[in-house]
Amino acid sequence: MTERKPLFEFKNVHVKVDETEVVNGVSLKIYPGETHAIMGPNGSGKSSLANALMGNPSYTITKGEVYLDGENMLEMEPDKRSLAGLFLAFQYPLPIPGVTVANFLRSAVKARRAKDDDMSDFRKTLKAEMDGLSIDHPFAARYLNDGFSGGEKKRIEILQLAMLKPKMALLDETDSGLDIDALKIVAQGINRFHSDKNGILLITHYQRMLNYVKPDFVHVMMRGKFVKEGGPGLAMELEEKGYEWVEQETAQKVEV
Amino acid sequence: MSEQVRTQNEELNLIGQDYESRYGFHDPVEYFHKGAKGINHEVVEMISKMKKEPRWMTERRHEALDIFFEKPMPRWGNTKLLNEIDFDNIYYYMKPIEDQKDNWDDVPEYIKKTFDRLGIPEAEKKFLGGVSAQYESEVVYHSLQKDLEDMGVIFLDMDSGLREYEDIVKQYFGTIIPSNDNKFAALNSAVWSGGTFIYIPPGLDVKAPLQAYFRINAENMGQFERTLIIVDKGSRVHYIEGCTAPVYSTNSLHTAVVEMIALEDSYIRYTTIQNWSRNIYNLVTKRANVYKNATVEWVDGNLGSRLTMKYPCIQLLGEGAKGEILSVAFAGIDQHQDAGAKVIHFASNTSSRITSKSISKDNGRASYRGLVKVHKNAKNCKVSVECDALLIGEDARSDTYPTMEIDNDQVKIEHEARVSKVAEEQLFYLTSRGLSEDEARLLIVNGFMEPFTKELPMEYAVELNRLIELEMEGSIG
Repeated sequence: MTERKPLFEFKNVHVKVDETEVVNGVSLKIYPGETHAIMGPNGSGKSSLANALMGNPSYTITKGEVYLDGENMLEMEPDKRSLAGLFLAFQYPLPIPGVTVANFLRSAVKARRAKDDDMSDFRKTLKAEMDGLSIDHPFAARYLNDGFSGGEKKRIEILQLAMLKPKMALLDETDSGLDIDALKIVAQGINRFHSDKNGILLITHYQRMLNYVKPDFVHVMMRGKFVKEGGPGLAMELEEKGYEWVEQETAQKVEV
Repeated sequence: MSEQVRTQNEELNLIGQDYESRYGFHDPVEYFHKGAKGINHEVVEMISKMKKEPRWMTERRHEALDIFFEKPMPRWGNTKLLNEIDFDNIYYYMKPIEDQKDNWDDVPEYIKKTFDRLGIPEAEKKFLGGVSAQYESEVVYHSLQKDLEDMGVIFLDMDSGLREYEDIVKQYFGTIIPSNDNKFAALNSAVWSGGTFIYIPPGLDVKAPLQAYFRINAENMGQFERTLIIVDKGSRVHYIEGCTAPVYSTNSLHTAVVEMIALEDSYIRYTTIQNWSRNIYNLVTKRANVYKNATVEWVDGNLGSRLTMKYPCIQLLGEGAKGEILSVAFAGIDQHQDAGAKVIHFASNTSSRITSKSISKDNGRASYRGLVKVHKNAKNCKVSVECDALLIGEDARSDTYPTMEIDNDQVKIEHEARVSKVAEEQLFYLTSRGLSEDEARLLIVNGFMEPFTKELPMEYAVELNRLIELEMEGSIG
């Protein structure tokens, strides 16, 4: 039997923001077809980890290793990581005034294709994916994230996921700011994207997203570390008992 | 530079060629007439004589030259660069060929080639109602669609305008921008040559734009075109001007005067895409008088040049008149774009909008200099001013000098000014989708310019995007 290789792996990752260490040594292996969730209270370092993995220059990885499909991500700029198949759905997507959703997506899709590749299928695909996320077609002509509501921004992030079809998707608080209907639509979009070839890492504060996108593993992050790991049941337990419960538990462990 | 951003416009193909090869070439020319360098009354007399002008124009030129000599150089703006202009080292009049042509085939090969390379005959065939091409001091080619001519549209070079419609020219010439308006208006009034004369009779909607193209070819050339546009009651016209010049190490001067009159209920849009080489001083005076319920729009794109000083002006003279000035400026290495706008509300219920967008890159400097004045008796006016500056790189500079003189309290004013940098976070967002940093920056810049670009005819929007891409190459961000 051949050994299964992880699709995405990071080892002992430390992250600094402005001289402050916000992630102190986390490791994870995600195999093809898996969905993982990182849960944790505000300020636990979840978003910092996601940004650092994608290569945000404001977040420095001071120590550790990151591999996607065997490729060393830390040697690559964000654009190269993206082309290698890594994707980050932003918690706060930024407005790019004057650049339409369609033009931006066209540029991003084209970046993945051969120079002289025919783009004639682009519009059709875009329309189909927009339909899937209940985004009205005229939205394609709006400026990217410019004046979008919180929910609209999150849908557009998932539209990008659908169009770019990465190997590994990091979804940073994609559920925040969504009402229950929008949450379902976005979750369906994520599930449509998911296959046995790709991987998903959901980052969330709340359990409610996990009712619709079922994780195989849940990791609880606190003060820059993974403090507890478990199956989907852990998310339910957290919802019931709150993060304080984990806190107490880990504190006890330390005492022992 | 890469593929993807070109998707912004599928037609953006020819990337990576610089100004030098696209516009910066020059022709070795035998001139029909090439005077000596320097400026004096003899030069003025000679120009007027060669043009066989009526005496009143000759006298006006001499008066204007005296005003030019008397007036000091401006003490505002970039005085350092201004004072580097060597007026004795400039040719004030160069006539490339004996007569103007109305058929491209008759234009000498070297000039035709120039305009071919610049895409002029092609644009004429595609979508223009009329074309005028000026080479150095004279318009060498001119044409107007037959149906427009039959409807009474007059579209001529200014010299022919003076010859054929002396009464109209005498009535309006210099009434909006008199010779003593400023030093450079005086210089233009003394040595003007070429430019455009347009008259649109009442009740005509000229749908296809009229275009003039200005090309400087010689070194140390001074180009002083003079334009007068009169649009009669209820008519509409869109006039476009484009400009380029070769790259030389010494400076040339472009000093135009543009006067426009929009009579009752008329509409004029004047679009400029200037793309001067970096050795051009571009010092231009533009002003429009707008009468009752008429609208004037200046759409002004300033690329290139060493120093540009240009503040298109709108005087709202009749009730219900509207004015809009939409300008962009791109200041790259060693360039100063001192551009802006002026609106004066003389009448009640008039409205104006100024939108200025500037990009400064490397050590380039973009200044917005604006004046909005509302007179005491002009009630219920609306004024909106928006200035947006984008800085690229640590040494880029932007300044804003807005002035408002509001002499009554029944006026609605909005004013916004913003300076932004291409934000790291924006770049990260775009690069995280697979765009290179250069592509991401270009996308942000093009997006910033979009409110301007979308106002241009498609062909010009494509050209402008291409020019910006050229300017952005090798950006140090």
